[in-house]
Amino acid sequence: MENFTLSELCICAASEAWRDDGEVLATGIGIIPRLAASLAKLTHSPELMMTDGEAYLVSEPVPVGRRGDYIPKIEGYMNYSRVFLNLWKGHRHAMTGPVQIDKYGQTNISFIGHNNNKPKAQLLGARGFPGNTINHSNSMFVPRHDRRSFVEGEVDMVSGLGYNPSRRMKGMREDFINLKIIVSNLAVLDFKGPDHQIRIKSLHPNVTLKEVQDNTGFELVIDSANITETPLPSDKQLSIIREFLDPENLREKALPDGR
Amino acid sequence: MDKVLSAFEAISTIESGMTIGIGGWGSRRKPMSLIRELIKTDKTDFTLVSYGGPDVGMLCAAEKVKKLIFGFVTLETSPLEPHFRKARQEGKIDIMEIDEGMMNLGLTAAGMRLPFNVTRAGLGTDVLKLNPDIKTIRSPYSDETLVAMPAIPLDIALLHVHETDSLGNSFIFGPDSFFDEQFARAASRVIISSERIIQTEEINTEKTIWNRFERSLVSTIVEAKFGAHPTSAAPNYGFDKAHLEEYSNSIEPDSWKKYFDTFINIENTEYIHAVGGEEFISSLEVPVF
Repeated sequence: MENFTLSELCICAASEAWRDDGEVLATGIGIIPRLAASLAKLTHSPELMMTDGEAYLVSEPVPVGRRGDYIPKIEGYMNYSRVFLNLWKGHRHAMTGPVQIDKYGQTNISFIGHNNNKPKAQLLGARGFPGNTINHSNSMFVPRHDRRSFVEGEVDMVSGLGYNPSRRMKGMREDFINLKIIVSNLAVLDFKGPDHQIRIKSLHPNVTLKEVQDNTGFELVIDSANITETPLPSDKQLSIIREFLDPENLREKALPDGR
Repeated sequence: MDKVLSAFEAISTIESGMTIGIGGWGSRRKPMSLIRELIKTDKTDFTLVSYGGPDVGMLCAAEKVKKLIFGFVTLETSPLEPHFRKARQEGKIDIMEIDEGMMNLGLTAAGMRLPFNVTRAGLGTDVLKLNPDIKTIRSPYSDETLVAMPAIPLDIALLHVHETDSLGNSFIFGPDSFFDEQFARAASRVIISSERIIQTEEINTEKTIWNRFERSLVSTIVEAKFGAHPTSAAPNYGFDKAHLEEYSNSIEPDSWKKYFDTFINIENTEYIHAVGGEEFISSLEVPVF
């Protein structure tokens, strides 16, 4: 990759998550997802709503890093209380960075280990994952694609809901669950395998199928005929990212060094 | 009617074993001067309810926490809260871990004196598996299964505001008042700390848009300029990253004791001096996210 970096490729691939979503709140948690949502709004989906990261809706995505002279272009109000109302209505598509993902798309950001009273590693807590995943579209970004992040069996604490039939409760409404894509440092995955199984959608340049499967703790659906190379960033996308959204290049720190 | 007391008097009404809700969010507008005052007492075994930040971590470090009802605990300057992590990883606290929205709904139910609030959040996740006390319910209208999020009634809510008069007509000027209103309604008694105490005559219609809950909910008022430090109280001051880092590093018993002696076991006026003075706190930039 000579003209762009892996993080830039990931941002462009991740921005596709919001295509054709309509007028929803695009939330990107972490640098790469936030830049991806911002890029989506500045290119193919200007109708998306975004916040300044705090309490206001902005008509133009706010660049990351130090703001300098930049003044956010406020267009509305979106405090936390309204975010809950917005998400219960389903008018949102969030991209998050779960610590663990399993073959059902279930996600964990709560704790590592199997003893809820004394976890091996306490993380953030389930946050809004349970409510998000049963109410609106969700995508994920994984900076280090390996068997610790794409785990065998179930994630240690199911914080975010997926497509696990054994977790279905009788009478539970499932039609609001919508997992879209997972972007990692190796590939783009989607949930379009049989029964929403996770499928390889595209491979990043110079990544092999074997590399992706070997670094995944469960079997991926491999539909060879339909696997493409992840689209390379366009000059327009690169200039938006580099010159406007992230002039301080915070995106490069968001990925582990090398592969 | 005058509800103003000293921090010591206000906090001395809190008993061991009470359920205490704490307003703010993460490292934003936490009633930290009240938390420090509470740590100084010999009261303990609290159940805390919080959109957690250093309020939760500090009470964990001081071994005051029996149980925590939470969706997350974060310092924001770094995603994880080291004192909370330590307490969890050592198995020292009981928890009820729920979705952020479930907490909002549980507090709202308590504020309306209802036994529960319905939601879909939690269905199909470990939130229900790990909390067998949270039940589901069948909709009487459609047979849909929903979570019956139990009310979270509070004995005490601790909140930090920008201004109040001595009656409890209070004002939060920040861009987001978070869920302070829900905490206030859910509580039997609300203790607010305030950057400033104003005269009732200073209140006008323009100001009332910042009035987030009515005064009947407020039991006690404590004047506490910079009372949210080291958390932020936008638009007045931002969070103190360097102090939060020092607090984060005070994780071993010796260093925690030093932190406790230097910043907690002192008077509030001494505290402001100890952390760098009024001018310094005023100069802390409100963070951008």
